[in-house]
Amino acid sequence: MDFRDYYKIMGIDRDAGQDEIKRAYRKLARRYHPDVSKEADAEARFKEVGEAYAVLKDVEKRAAYDQLGENWKAGQEFQPPPDWGSGFEFSGDGHGGGESAARSDFFESLFGHGFGSSQSGRGQAGFHAQGQDHHARVLIDLEDAYRGATRSITLQTPELDGSGHLSAKQRTLKVKIPKGVKQGQHIRLPGQGSPGLGEGRSGDLYLEIEFRPHSVYSVAGHDVYLDLPVAPWEAALGATVKVPTPDGLVDLKIPQGTGSGRKLRLKKRGIPGRPPGDLYVVPQITLPPADSDVARELYLKMEHELAYNPRSELGV
Amino acid sequence: MKEKIVTGILLDEQFELTLNDISQACSGSTEWVIELVAEGVLEPVGRDQVRWRFPGTSLQRARAAMHLQTDLGINLAGVALALDMLDEIDALRARLRRFETSEGA
Repeated sequence: MDFRDYYKIMGIDRDAGQDEIKRAYRKLARRYHPDVSKEADAEARFKEVGEAYAVLKDVEKRAAYDQLGENWKAGQEFQPPPDWGSGFEFSGDGHGGGESAARSDFFESLFGHGFGSSQSGRGQAGFHAQGQDHHARVLIDLEDAYRGATRSITLQTPELDGSGHLSAKQRTLKVKIPKGVKQGQHIRLPGQGSPGLGEGRSGDLYLEIEFRPHSVYSVAGHDVYLDLPVAPWEAALGATVKVPTPDGLVDLKIPQGTGSGRKLRLKKRGIPGRPPGDLYVVPQITLPPADSDVARELYLKMEHELAYNPRSELGV
Repeated sequence: MKEKIVTGILLDEQFELTLNDISQACSGSTEWVIELVAEGVLEPVGRDQVRWRFPGTSLQRARAAMHLQTDLGINLAGVALALDMLDEIDALRARLRRFETSEGA
């Protein structure tokens, strides 16, 4: 397990005051909040910052962490010292932040279960309550939204064992992803959350759909965009070319004189649904390299015979 | 043994959620959801709270509101403002895409 330098993660000195820690946290949390940030690794950074803050904001946990000493480097192989935890009492909040707070092994080894965060036994006789809803995110490809798919997802469910300790139990669920899902939408799986208490029904599981970034397409709502490389003569003279879509190849007619910045709409070839989205093809005119005598000659011939001034609008 | 495939319900624009559905799925109180409606974060149809119906896509918004509130310590008016601005940024990004010519291509 790797050592985590919580001070470095927060960008603060080891002697920072509690108010400084809070300020640093708020600033980083705004920057990396998954609902706000567009940075690629926002969610991972946000969790990391949340974990660092959970330790440093708590004077007891911070004191215990500081006791490990300054000589550890982030990423260094780490095992808690044998006398770890003696003389400190951590009050609650071992898993603070609820469902989204998946802590690192490093955190769990130091502040995980067994450190004062014992769960009180619930579920007395005669008490009924609906089980908790659970949330998970499922990564799919754009193509899955066109055709539908099944995905196996592995869920970690916290469970109380016989002696009242909290442990994570893994279960795998095979889920049907319906055709036409969009980024951010939820799929509700009734009864797949926590079991209810007494005669209470089980909670539900909500899966939030997230598209894996695609190497070719980009998605906006139910519309899909494709940058299509086009040769200068295809753009100038018009052509019919093969174009990939998430649903397979189609023939696309490029009109004569298609300039940069045009968008060609393929109606109803976006993400299916009510109504279906559109696919926008954005021609990108590419320049053939002048890397042979023939190519150079052709360019020179154009220069001499076309009398073309690309800067005429600039008056030069 | 063949593994069972679970089929869920897609919460799209056509799907309707009740006040209870939203509060349960966000682990929030119904009062909290009512406040979200008062701030204009969620817009249900139906005259009174018992008959309120929220489009399925409201859940994403309600959960974003919950996260912003608890993670960043903003009050509901601030959450409402942040969500509106995020929507606007998304719309501007989409618009930008439509007008953009060739970005670094």
